[in-house]
Formats: sequence, C-alpha cells, structure tokens
Amino acid sequence: MLAFELSFWQSTLLKTVVVLSVIPAAAVILGYVFLLKMMAHMQSRLGPMEPGGFHGWFQLIGDGIKFIQKEDIIPAEADRRVFAIAPVIVLVSTFLLYIVLPAGPDLVVQDLDVGIFYALAVSSLSVIGVLMAGWASANKYSLLGSLRAAGQLIAYELPLVLAVVGVVIQAGTMSLQGIVHAQADGEIFGVGLIGNPYLLTQALGFVIFVAASQAELTQTPFDMPVAESELVAGYMTEYSGFRFLFFFMAEFGTAFALSAIAATLYLGGWSVPFVEGNLANVLGPFVLGAKIMLVAFLIFWMRFTFPRFREDQLQAFAWKILIPLSLLNIVATGVLKVAF
Amino acid sequence: MPKIPGQGLVKGLGVTFKTMLQPAVTVQYPKEREEPVGRARGVIALKEENCTACMLCARECPDWCIYIEGHKEKRPPRREGGKPRTVNALDRFDIDYALCMYCGICVEVCPFDALFWSPEFEYSEVRIADLLHDKDKLGEWMEGVPEPQPLEAGAVKKK
Repeated sequence: MLAFELSFWQSTLLKTVVVLSVIPAAAVILGYVFLLKMMAHMQSRLGPMEPGGFHGWFQLIGDGIKFIQKEDIIPAEADRRVFAIAPVIVLVSTFLLYIVLPAGPDLVVQDLDVGIFYALAVSSLSVIGVLMAGWASANKYSLLGSLRAAGQLIAYELPLVLAVVGVVIQAGTMSLQGIVHAQADGEIFGVGLIGNPYLLTQALGFVIFVAASQAELTQTPFDMPVAESELVAGYMTEYSGFRFLFFFMAEFGTAFALSAIAATLYLGGWSVPFVEGNLANVLGPFVLGAKIMLVAFLIFWMRFTFPRFREDQLQAFAWKILIPLSLLNIVATGVLKVAF
Repeated sequence: MPKIPGQGLVKGLGVTFKTMLQPAVTVQYPKEREEPVGRARGVIALKEENCTACMLCARECPDWCIYIEGHKEKRPPRREGGKPRTVNALDRFDIDYALCMYCGICVEVCPFDALFWSPEFEYSEVRIADLLHDKDKLGEWMEGVPEPQPLEAGAVKKK
C-alpha cells in the first residue's frame, strides 16, 4: 500500500491529470520514435533532423501547435453536430482504455474485476466515432472508408477477444492486476524464478493478438479504411486542424494502450523478478514502459514492412486463419488447464 | 527447399531490420557536402577562346536563354603580303539560368568545343534576375570540367 492516504477527490484529480497527460505524451513518443525515426531509418533516411536542435525531437509537438492554430473547417453539406463530435468519441474511447491499465501494484485508475473485458468493449467504441465521421462528412470517400473501417474492426474484434480468452483461462481472472499477479507468481515446471510470462504458453495467442490489434489500429497492412492512395485518407478526408489532431492522437494513443494490454497479458506487465512492494510502484511504470515499447516496436515494424492487403484478403485472413487459430488456442489452453 | 507459408513475410521483416541498423544514405547538405561526380551536369561552362560567336547554340536553344553579341575584327594575314583576316570577337555571352532547362543541346551543337557541362551546382540566387550569368562567370566554371575521356582503341583523332 501507499505510505500516505489521499482523499477521494485528491486521488481522482491526480488520476485525471495523469491520464490526460499520458495520452498526448504517449502519442508523441510513439509517433516520434516509430513513425518519424524508425520508419525513416528502415527506408535508409534520417527523418526530421532540424526542429528542436537534436534529431528533430520537436517535430511532432510543432505539428500539434500548427494543427491547433488552423481554421476549423466544416463542409457545407456536412451534418455539423455529428461531424464535430465524431473525433471526440474516437478520442474518448482511447481515454477509457487507460482506466484499467495497471502500471504498478497500486498505480491504476480503477482495477475492475472485468478489466480486460471492459478494455476490449470500450476499444470498439471507436467504430461508432469512425462511422459518424464518415457519414457526417457528406463525402463518398469518407463513407466508403468508414464502412470499410466498420467491417474491418468488427471482423478483427473477434480474434482479439478469442486470443485474450486463452490468457483469461490460464490466469483464471479477467482483472488485469490479477493477470499480472498470476504471471508474476507463476512457475515454469516448478521453477518460479522469472514467474511465468504467458508469452511462453500463449505464444500463438500473442501473435494473433498483435495481428488483430494491428487491424484494430487500421495500420498497414490493414489500412484499407484510410488507404490514402484509393480513398484519400478515408473517414478523415474532410477533417482538418484540431479535429484531425484528435484522430491522430487517438490512433497513437490506442496503439500505446493496445501495446500496454499486450505487454500486460503476455509479458507480465509492470512486474519484474525480485521486486516487491513499494519499489514495484516506483519501477513499475518504467518496466511497463519498456515492455510497451517492445510490443509497439513489433507492431510498427510490421506496419513499415508490409504492403496493404486487398479487401477480400483482409476478411479472409480474419475469418479463415486468425479465428480458427484462436479457437484452437482456446481448446488447447482449456484441455491443458483441466489436465494440469 | 520447400516453401514455408509466411517465409516471404519474415524475409521482408529482415530486410527492413537490416536497413534500420545500417547508416542512412541521406546527406545533410548544408552541414555536410557530397562531391558530385566529375561528369555531373550541374551547369554549362564556357571556354571563351574556343567561341567564334557563330550563334549556333543561341539558335538551337529551345528556351532562347543564350545571349551572344560580337563584332568583326581584322587580324594580320597568315602569309606575308596576304589580305588581313576577318574574325568574330565575342563581346557578350550570357546564359539566363532562370530560363535554361538543362537540355544540353547547346553543348551538343557547339562545333568548336566551347561549351561544356560542369559539375558545379551551388549558384542559387535570391533574386531571379541574378541568374543571368555573363561570360566571366561561365568561364570560372570551366575549372571543374574534367579532361575528356581517352579515345577508344583504334579511333583516329581529326587534325
């Protein structure tokens, strides 16, 4: 437990401030490290080098300032209210994700008993925002893009959930804190040295989870909803200024949150061997951060390597490969859980 | 070797990972400078003593960006008691690089080898009118022009 007690409103204020500042920070860090720098080096470029003096670290912050200064354009034919509120809904679904992410034994906004269930439920809220954005834009490309997004997000929600079921069966709990503790206290053939990160037993689930979250983020190779060469950025076509910034922040904020969920489910979350009690509260965020960067590296590595799927290949990949594999994973996990 | 499904995907990941670890090919131009290759087509240089102001280049130029002015001069006769020779002397040879499209036709058509491609490329100006360069400037660029390549085996040089 913490050494000091905070009253309800103090802790609520603190949690609100932390979550509100973590999401833009996470978006900027992921955007800078992976989108600007890693992609550049993978293409034998340098990326931004001038803004801020040192390797262009200020680039994305400067971009953000630019977006805020821009005029807020709403097309004449657009459904003004729905158009205006759609990016907020997308961003709020990202904010809601951060509520259950544990960064230490006591560092969590609210440790829900149905934590992972809640996380997957609110992450799919963004589909509604995307559909609203596409429909309200009064633009055929936006509409096509948003319908593609809806079809894709619904198709890939299934393997995402089914991959998580394997972890839930093995841990015996849906609480993210419970899953972290189950991994930290676990044993590999009676040896409890490093706990039992579920990456070892649920490797197939991890692969499915990463592939499906890639699709949930509408990143290449699953970026048909925003395919800039065919659909002119899909549902984001008509957005500019800070509303576009909301979509951008939501995309990278969600990437960070899904990486955090993957790190929690499969890599042991904030736990690190031989660290207990209050020290875990201090080290936890850094350990979790390192694991998040590892998972995010995998996601963005694939994003910058593979070309876009065709629309039918996308659906076939979800329904014919990922879902049967994840069902197989559940059966195997269940049988082994009962057997041992 | 039998094909494993997903083999190509892994190979692709390997390519991007390897590229990431290698230094980038980008040259940070104003801070570091890469020497262009000798025969790079950066700018057109003029070897003034070869020019006879024959106007062929100016007439072939698709953009009409070459300005030539000259006058007739008498020179002493080649043989004792002969008639004085008449030659064309060059007064002005300007190329307007704001118009030039670097097609190189002037270099091709020059019958006296007075025009050359030079690898020099740092001659940008703030004002567009300053891109009109005279024959002194064009002559300075001759420094960077490499010697012509040796003739092929068996080729005979014209006298």
